[in-house]
Amino acid sequence: MISLGARAAAGRRRRAGRRASRPIEVQFRTIVSPHQLNSKWGRRVYWAVLVAVVVTFTLAFVFPLYWMVTGAMKSGEEIAQMPPTLFPADPSLDAFGEAWDLFDIGTLLKNTLFYALGGWLFSMAVDVAAAYALSKLRPVFGNVVLGAMLATLMIPPMVILIPLYVTIVDLNLLNNPWGLWFPAAANGFNIFLLKRFFDSIPRELIEAAQIDGAGPLRVLWSVVLPVSRPILGVVSIFTIVTAFKDFVLPLLVMTDSDRMTISVGLSQTAGAVTQNQIMAGLVITGIPMIIVFFVFQRHIMAGLTAGSIKG
Amino acid sequence: MGIVRRNLTAYGFLCAALFCFTVFAWYPMVREFILSFQKTDLINPPDWVGLDNFKAAVRDPAFGEAWLNTVEFTLLALLCGYAVPFVVALVLNELRHARAYLRFVVYLPVMLPPIVAVLLFRWFFDPGPGLFNQVLGFLNLPPLAWLDSSSTALISLVIVSTWMNMGSATLIYLAALQNIPPELYEAAELDGAGIMRRIRHVTIPQTRLILLLMLMLQIVATMQVFIEPYMLTGGGPENATVSVAYLMYQFAFSQMNYGQAGALGMMLMIVLLVFAAFQLRTTREDA
Repeated sequence: MISLGARAAAGRRRRAGRRASRPIEVQFRTIVSPHQLNSKWGRRVYWAVLVAVVVTFTLAFVFPLYWMVTGAMKSGEEIAQMPPTLFPADPSLDAFGEAWDLFDIGTLLKNTLFYALGGWLFSMAVDVAAAYALSKLRPVFGNVVLGAMLATLMIPPMVILIPLYVTIVDLNLLNNPWGLWFPAAANGFNIFLLKRFFDSIPRELIEAAQIDGAGPLRVLWSVVLPVSRPILGVVSIFTIVTAFKDFVLPLLVMTDSDRMTISVGLSQTAGAVTQNQIMAGLVITGIPMIIVFFVFQRHIMAGLTAGSIKG
Repeated sequence: MGIVRRNLTAYGFLCAALFCFTVFAWYPMVREFILSFQKTDLINPPDWVGLDNFKAAVRDPAFGEAWLNTVEFTLLALLCGYAVPFVVALVLNELRHARAYLRFVVYLPVMLPPIVAVLLFRWFFDPGPGLFNQVLGFLNLPPLAWLDSSSTALISLVIVSTWMNMGSATLIYLAALQNIPPELYEAAELDGAGIMRRIRHVTIPQTRLILLLMLMLQIVATMQVFIEPYMLTGGGPENATVSVAYLMYQFAFSQMNYGQAGALGMMLMIVLLVFAAFQLRTTREDA
């Protein structure tokens, strides 16, 4: 024990020594100057702030998720126990199976994925074609059309929810995936992002293809789409994530219990089951989005800032 | 290619989008206007009722409360959701370690479907075994009633809303901060400006445009608050958390009074359009 403690202390000293000898690297200049940062006090304050921020962020954003996952692994009695246990006394995955059956998560998840992927395919086809026409074919009144499409971004979705619902009822699209797909394709922001990217494709590239005898559809498929991969990726991810997260429109449109999305399904059943089963349901619902975030983190962050700053 | 042919192909490519926008974006705006002057239950043919819907909406006992709550919610959400992300972004931008982790973690709640955040927090707010009161008890503080008391219900909703939304604002500010030319800070430093004055005279002017834009975007976004009152409080206790959007939903789907919901929607649209117009003007002035 003593030798272990001594070794740990030595390690700490060594680490502290290294920290003191090596200056904090500064690749880019910010408010605090590199000189200030590497002064004796600057360094102390820096490490204190860093530790405080990391701890606060972990408590604020990771701990709630930890509580959700461990809550799902506790038994019905343990989760209601006061004071609560920090670790599940007897971790079990039973609640996941119960939640899967009670909420009928298989069906809900399948519905949600079907609506999200179908909506993605349809909106990509519609919005890419429209952005291509507006950017490269430049018809008369093209700017008027683009302006009217962008103007819809000014209208907050909640405000036109009721008339949109009434329209969907009139067209008999209740409990029909097209009731979600058509409104999803009317996305001015996608058209804006795609058109702006298409505008940056050099004329010569397209003219060369036209000289080779390619028609507009061929140019779109073989020239424009291959060079637009980055923006297609960003728009795709945002469309799928938005559709997966959407709550209000599916709540109104997909009302049959075997056609609901997972968000709506959880909201309808959450009153009738135990807390650990709800948590298990939430974990299952959250996992697909967390996986998407892990895999496409770069695209998502690039899209977030590209759209908002230059837009 | 002839001009006629080029236009025909172009509108061929556009027709699907034109259909979607016409039926599901442009027409609903017109429809809202028509709806607000009609009495309809969507089954029987509608009647024209003039301004009755507007009168009935205003006379509803929850009308005044809903607007007050929405304004209060928006102001509180701005305090937490507007100022906090900017300060957080300022601090994150100074850090040289753990940047990827912090960025990932702050955006994590934004990725979760809102229903997950809302139901998770409903459990945290539980006055008995809920996490928040347990933490308060651990710190020897008196427990709160959270969603069950009209004095704390609204602020509880703001906490959920901030938790699940602040990530995107933080990352947008962070990107804006990284675009500030370092020479400006060096020049300010040479002129003897301390850290606070560098923030005031370099950072804020350099990010003014994005700060204004985000202010307007967030006002418009939070004025539409719906899922939080819908899932957490049902507008209660004693109408303390009824928002305009929630009242609109109630008119339409509890009272089956779509015209009255349309009238309230028109009022909300006008208020939000004023903000949008203001936003457009400030953006133009800067550009």
